Amino acid sequence: MKEINVQDVIPVVERLCIESCTLLGEDWWQAIDQAIAREESTIGRDILSQLKENARLAATTSSAICQDTGIAVIFVELGQDVRLTGGNLYDAINEGVRRGYTKGYLRKSVLNDPLIRKNTGDNTPAIIHTHIVNGDFLKITVAPKGAGSENVSGVKMLKPSEGVEGIKRYVLQMVEEAGGNTCPPTLVGVGIGGDLEEVALLAKKALLRPLLQRHPLPHIAQLEEELLTMINKTGIGPQALGGRITALDVHIEVYPTHIACLPVAVNFQCHAVRHAEAVL
Amino acid sequence: MIKITTPIDEATARSLKAGDQVLINGIIYTGRDAAHKRMFDALKAGQELPVDLRDQIIYYVGPCPAKPGQVIGAAGPTTSGRMDAYTPTLIREKYLRGMIGKGGRSPEVIKAMRDIGTVYFLAIGGAGALLAQRIKKATVVAYEDLGPEAIYCLVVEDFPVIVGIDCQGNNLYTIGRSQYRQL
Repeated sequence: MKEINVQDVIPVVERLCIESCTLLGEDWWQAIDQAIAREESTIGRDILSQLKENARLAATTSSAICQDTGIAVIFVELGQDVRLTGGNLYDAINEGVRRGYTKGYLRKSVLNDPLIRKNTGDNTPAIIHTHIVNGDFLKITVAPKGAGSENVSGVKMLKPSEGVEGIKRYVLQMVEEAGGNTCPPTLVGVGIGGDLEEVALLAKKALLRPLLQRHPLPHIAQLEEELLTMINKTGIGPQALGGRITALDVHIEVYPTHIACLPVAVNFQCHAVRHAEAVL
Repeated sequence: MIKITTPIDEATARSLKAGDQVLINGIIYTGRDAAHKRMFDALKAGQELPVDLRDQIIYYVGPCPAKPGQVIGAAGPTTSGRMDAYTPTLIREKYLRGMIGKGGRSPEVIKAMRDIGTVYFLAIGGAGALLAQRIKKATVVAYEDLGPEAIYCLVVEDFPVIVGIDCQGNNLYTIGRSQYRQL
C-alpha cells in the first residue's frame, strides 16, 4: 500500500493545466507537417502554416494556443494499492485547476449553472473521470476541451442492422454538418459500443491517443483508415475554406455492447490537440 | 491584400468579395454570447446601446487575460452561429457594418447583410496567440461584469481576415468545399 497525499496533486494539476494549453505534443508537430505536405489548396496550406506559427509562438511565450482554454476535463487512473491522505482528491484537483488557470493567464469559461449562467471566475469545477486500475500509482491527464468542437459532437443509438455502413454514414454526416465550427483540421474521436454514456466517454478518450497512431485491433485500425480517407474527401479542408486536410486523424475506441444496441458517438477535437499527463 | 480602416461605409463593405484577404486597421469592438444578449434585450426594451455600432465591426471573441507586459491574451474568433439570433437586429437597427468570426451564418443574417450592406469576415480559428499580436490596445467599454465576455474596444493594426460571406451573399465555405469535394 502506497500513500499519496492529495496536497501533492495540486501543483501537478496546476502545471498540467498550463502545459496542456500552451504546448502541443511531438505527434502534433509531425501531423501538421504531414498535413502541409499533403494539402493541395494554397489558402489551406497557408492556414496550416499559420497554425504551426501560432503553436510555436504560444510555446515560446508560454501563452495560450487558443483563447478557448476550455473546461478542464480530467482523467484519473487510481491504482487500487494507493491510499489517499491529506484531504479529498477532487477538491485537490479543483484547487490545481483554480491555480493553473489563474497563474497561467488562461480564460475562465465555466459557469455555475447551465441556466443561471454566472461565471465561477476560476474555471472550476473540472469534469473528472476516475478509473480504478491495478498498481500503486495515480495518473492524471488534463485535457482542456473548447466549445467550438464540443458543441457539434453527438451520440446516436444505431440499430445493429445498420452495421459498419451506418457508423460511416453517421460520422460523415457529423463532419459535414460541423463544417468550420470545429476549427479543422480536427482529430475525430469515435466511440462504438457500450451504452449511451459509455459511448460518449469512449469518443472523448479516443482523443487522448497520440496522432498518427492506429488502434491495436486490426478491424478497428482499418475502419479508422477508411473513415479518415472518407472525411478528407469531403473537401471541407483547413478552417472549412476548401481543401484536402479536414482531419489530422481519426481515432476509434470500442467496448462490448448489448445484443440490441449499436451506439456510436463522435467527439471532435479542434486542431489544437491539447492534453498533458503526469504520474505520481 | 486589401487594407481597410474602420469605420467603414456601405460602399466599402459592398466592394469586398468572398475570398478577399483583408487587413483591418483602426478600432473594432468585441462581443460574444452574453454581450449580444444584453444588447438585444436593451434594444427590445427601447434603450440605447453602450456603444455606437454604426459602420463598425464586431469581433466575436472572448480573449484570455493579458499577462504582465501583454496587451491582451490569446484572441482568436469564436463560433459566429451562436450570435445569429441577435445579429439581424444589430444590422438592421444599428447599421453594424462588419463581423469577424468563424463558421457559417443563418439565412436571416445573410438576408440582413444583403439588405443593409454588411460583410462577414473570417479569422483563423484557434490562431489566438498569433492574432493577439495584431491587437495594439484593449479597453473595456461596456458590461465589465461579464469578464471575458465584456465589450472591449480594440485598436488593431493589419488584423488579417478573409471575407467569408460578402454583401451579395456569396459564401466562401460553399465555394471552397465544392472545389475539393471528391465524394
